[in-house]
Amino acid sequence: MTENILEVNDLVKYYPVTRGIVFKKTIGHVQAVDGVSFNLRKGETLGVVGESGCGKSTLARVLMSLEKPTRGSVKFNGQEIYGLGASGMRRLRRNIQLVMQDPYTSLNPRMTVGDLIGEPYEIHPDVAPKASRRQKVQELLEVVGLNPEHINRYPHQFSGGQRQRIGIARALALRPEIIVCDEPVSALDVSIQAQVMNLLEKLQNEFGLSYIFIAHDLSVVRHLSDRVAVMYLGKIVEIGSEDEIYERPTHPYTQALLSAVPVPDPSSRETKAIIRLTGDVPSPANPPSGCRFRTRCWKAQEICATEVPELTVREGSDHPSACHFAEKREIVATHEAGELTDLPTRTL
Amino acid sequence: MSDPTSGSLVTTSPGEQPGLVAEAAPAPGAPPQQRDKPRGLLGDAWHDLRRKPIFWIAATFIVLFLLMAIVPQLFTSVDPEHDSNLSRSLVGPGSTGWFGYDLQGQDIYARTIYGARASIIVAVVATLGTVLFGSLVGVIAGFWGGWLDALLSRLADVFFGIPFVLGAIVILFTFNTSNSGRSTVRITTLVIIALVTLTWPVSMRIMRSSVLATKQADYIVAARALGASNTRIIFKHLIPNCLAPVLVYATILVGAFIGAEATLSFLGVGLQSPVISWGVIINESQNYIRVAPYWLLFPAAFLVTAVLSFVMLGEAVREALDPKLR
Repeated sequence: MTENILEVNDLVKYYPVTRGIVFKKTIGHVQAVDGVSFNLRKGETLGVVGESGCGKSTLARVLMSLEKPTRGSVKFNGQEIYGLGASGMRRLRRNIQLVMQDPYTSLNPRMTVGDLIGEPYEIHPDVAPKASRRQKVQELLEVVGLNPEHINRYPHQFSGGQRQRIGIARALALRPEIIVCDEPVSALDVSIQAQVMNLLEKLQNEFGLSYIFIAHDLSVVRHLSDRVAVMYLGKIVEIGSEDEIYERPTHPYTQALLSAVPVPDPSSRETKAIIRLTGDVPSPANPPSGCRFRTRCWKAQEICATEVPELTVREGSDHPSACHFAEKREIVATHEAGELTDLPTRTL
Repeated sequence: MSDPTSGSLVTTSPGEQPGLVAEAAPAPGAPPQQRDKPRGLLGDAWHDLRRKPIFWIAATFIVLFLLMAIVPQLFTSVDPEHDSNLSRSLVGPGSTGWFGYDLQGQDIYARTIYGARASIIVAVVATLGTVLFGSLVGVIAGFWGGWLDALLSRLADVFFGIPFVLGAIVILFTFNTSNSGRSTVRITTLVIIALVTLTWPVSMRIMRSSVLATKQADYIVAARALGASNTRIIFKHLIPNCLAPVLVYATILVGAFIGAEATLSFLGVGLQSPVISWGVIINESQNYIRVAPYWLLFPAAFLVTAVLSFVMLGEAVREALDPKLR
């Protein structure tokens, strides 16, 4: 279980900002993802959290090589994925699949469920012979908990949760090793979220999948993840096991995030210390020098403006954190949340 | 599976599915299958269309005109070209010739019936040409974008800038010279080419804009993530989802082209005499409007009815395809 299936090293994605219509001039770059490194082990779930605009979805797209990264490398089973030829790319597509956020727009409204889930087999005809495809599609429908007789229906005849299951079935069709889930439950109702997450968990046990699970909901991520990476403005600020991040966070941003999680316990409201961040997230086109969080950080000092903090294990902590003054802080809220998340049905 | 929620969801009962509410126990037999039949967007549109009287009126007329074009013998036994008899020149409508006789003593009713064929062929073929060519260019411009899009869009702008009647007169006047022979096929082809040349930018723009809107859709990204080729994305995902606006435009365009063909023929640059079309008959009648108004009136009435039918059909289809109007 410790074998790295995906190694991401210093991944960078900049989008050019141009001015002019005929003579385009690049006047800057939006630094959507800036130097992200992590490893994904086989069979593990890596949660990625962060607020909107911090580069989570861009990271997903770059990992799926839907967009070319500006720099950096991603190795799948030790093999570099950028610079693969067309046939290598096809083979890679079979191993990394994507579940998208919005189940209402990610399914082609003109195709039946059978066509949608069967499409991977048409694109990769060597995976399944033509005769067995219909049966395979029905099996997949059963795996994700849909009625196999609904193979001829159209997406608009299903509810949001059912559509997301169709999306998951499509991602499963090629039996991938990694599934990148780009906020797969944030468009769903709370009750349905739990169902879909439980389904994802069940599938992971059944097929030995590895997930990269992107979300902005901390409790959702905690429920599903073995390890968690916290992103801020295109960089990972803290990464560690679920317990390390939720119980012993050392980065001020993670601490602030966790302190904002509402606790369904009126008595703890008195004791709970909410860290209120001031100001807005700086523009990713013009991020602050040094530490990117320093403009909103209460610990910021001279060194934060001049020196970029490395994501390394620091003194008094057991996991990497990108802060010069990383230290544990008592976060009252998370103990309560921790107890709650132990019960899968009450995650939310 | 100790989790109660995950247990309940894996066995989603069919009763919970939308559309199956009325069905208590769906057996895998034939009758429920039929009721369970899926309806795509076009199916929904058809369901909507069937309830519209306008659609049925327009469709009846269109079927009638199509029948006229395909088997005019059903409507008249008179030969429109060779059955001229000068003794009945400009005789008004009566029991033998319902619509009267023209200068040559030819039966106007028979000629009007036979005239449907040329008018409809020109309109339908020109519409097909416009829509196919325009959509093709539109898909290319919208999908690949960049300099190709800029080039094709400017090219379309150039053609769009030419005033329609003026442009058609110039094209037809240049190529349809009297000494080039009067082959029916040749003249018809020329008129069709002129119509297509001058109207393709509209369908190109419609297609381009819907491709641009659809290109960003999540299901296109999902198809890419599956490793789908560009060809597959265009034909399986893009075109089926961009077709509706062009389809509506095409229906209306058939009506517009019937009118345009008549206009050009009336001006003397479109179809010409051995060919019988409504425009040609109206053109022939123009000098005798006061002596024989029926000569103009009847083919003109057919023309107006045909144009109106297609435009109304297009309108009905547009409303049926547009979910916002439902």
